[in-house]
Amino acid sequence: MTTITAPTVRTAPPAKRRRKGTGAAVLRYVGIAIVAVYCLAPFYWMLVSSFRRSGDIFDNSLLPTTWSLESYAQVFDSSTMFGTALLNSLIVASITTALALVLGIFAAYAIARLNFPFKSSILAIVIATSMFPGISVVVPLLRLFSDIGWINTYQAMIVPSLSFAIPLAVWNLTTFMKQLPFELEQAAMIDGCTKWQAFRLVLLPLAAPGVFTTAILTFIHSWNEFIIALSMVNDPAIQTATVAISKFTGASDFQAPYGAQMAAGVVVTIPLVIMILLFQRRIVEGLTSGATK
Amino acid sequence: MTSSLSVDAPRTGTPRPKGKGEGSMATALLSPTFIVLALVIAYPLLSAVYQSMFSSQSGLDADGFVVEGETFVGIANYLDIFTGSDSPRFYNALWNTSFFTFVSVSLETVIGVAFAVMMNRAFKGRAFLRAAILVPWAIPTAVSGLLWRWIFQSNGIANELLNQEILWTAEGMSAQIAVITAEVWKTAPFIGLLVLAGMQIIPEEVYEAAKLDGASGWRQFWSITLPLVRPALLVAVLFRLLDSLRMFDLPFVLIGPRKSSVETLSILAWDESNQLNYGAASAFSIILVIYVAIIAFVFIKLLGANVAGDSEEKSVRRMRTARRKAAR
Repeated sequence: MTTITAPTVRTAPPAKRRRKGTGAAVLRYVGIAIVAVYCLAPFYWMLVSSFRRSGDIFDNSLLPTTWSLESYAQVFDSSTMFGTALLNSLIVASITTALALVLGIFAAYAIARLNFPFKSSILAIVIATSMFPGISVVVPLLRLFSDIGWINTYQAMIVPSLSFAIPLAVWNLTTFMKQLPFELEQAAMIDGCTKWQAFRLVLLPLAAPGVFTTAILTFIHSWNEFIIALSMVNDPAIQTATVAISKFTGASDFQAPYGAQMAAGVVVTIPLVIMILLFQRRIVEGLTSGATK
Repeated sequence: MTSSLSVDAPRTGTPRPKGKGEGSMATALLSPTFIVLALVIAYPLLSAVYQSMFSSQSGLDADGFVVEGETFVGIANYLDIFTGSDSPRFYNALWNTSFFTFVSVSLETVIGVAFAVMMNRAFKGRAFLRAAILVPWAIPTAVSGLLWRWIFQSNGIANELLNQEILWTAEGMSAQIAVITAEVWKTAPFIGLLVLAGMQIIPEEVYEAAKLDGASGWRQFWSITLPLVRPALLVAVLFRLLDSLRMFDLPFVLIGPRKSSVETLSILAWDESNQLNYGAASAFSIILVIYVAIIAFVFIKLLGANVAGDSEEKSVRRMRTARRKAAR
């Protein structure tokens, strides 16, 4: 966080001066600074605000005058059930990711490696479903789930989440599996493997990096899901973190507990930021592989 | 590039004895996915169409008995939406959705492309930038809504920096600006990322050749970079368009539900279903699906966005024309 200094972005040097060396270098650094400040400043503001005392929450200094964990204590105060909400998010996102991956691996293998009619239309259908608006899934399923008593259950959040998780997984995995050389499977089959063995013993281990990348992307999408969790659940004990956070009114305050909201926001975002720092290369690869192929 | 996703048509005439049993294996592997998609996409779609033709208002039937529950009303819900009592709210939501989408996607595209150019030039800080640019993308939209509500607080940092006293999160134009700002912040880096990936597969020689022919940096951008990243850019913009049309979380958390200046179609449908008006809610959600489909269709037809993949000859041809144009 030390990289963010006050937004003293120097204006670009006059373009007329065409001194290649220094001018271009300065421009380059100004560019980096602009991108970094743009992306990180709001997040930084959330972080800083979460460490202020509730008394000086409205200070607009760049660093807290007095550092305090008061807001975090407020967030994890037992009455807010925020810890439960985090656990719920973890459960829902993990199961959604696991299911989407299992189904996605099979489907992607078929689309990427097998020969059968209507292949391109099948992939097109899967991609098209990913554009389906969440609300159009939620409204009818809400009705169905209330009839069968699924409201306030995990499956009421997991099943609708598959509507975006499966297309995402299938598309990503298909792109990855297409890049693997066909010769390997053929060699395995010449050595006496069945198609299924070739898939399980040769292709799957090779596709592991792609599966991992897809898992990260699917997990992040499921973790961030809002409209399904908001509609299907009204019991705070089952709520996910994103919904809990939006309903965050604090323990006793009449005023909106901004400090606690910021602290809760940081807590929900930190796992994702850690994932970014560890796996940024993979995430970028996964996000862009569909677009540039 | 060789593994283009768009298999134009199953090749006929070339019998492939090897792939004989593959059809049934493919069926077995694909059916679980399609069963689930049928349950979570096809069923809701059909069910919504069906439910949209019912109304849950209780009333008196022909014999004077009170009827509780659903009555078949045909297309009355749709008539209500387009011409009847629901229409002002609907047209407002339709306008908001379109306005947010158009303005934010335009801004995102410009900012995203600018970011990609800046990142493409940065060699030392690239890893750092890549991590930084993923932060807005990864932050849950609900959290980003809270974050921007805090920034746009009446005595918050936005008003201090601008030296203004605007009530951003109340209603009206300022609330719309707040939503668009938050939306653009979160998603412009995503476009930047996709465009950057498109830029990195442009071979350096293309630029070298252009430089030798004396093309300026600006000229190189317009005649080489932009045409060559066009496929990646179009896919990114299409995704953003469709995603933006279903916008829900951000206005919902940042401003709140039932605020007419930021009510999108998704929020409107959600609000109706929240009040157990499933008929109207279903009708709104069907209209949204059709709207999204129309936009996707028009976009793909008009601009030729190739979601499923670009064929190799096409991109080679495009690269050649770009080089020619830059040299001119």
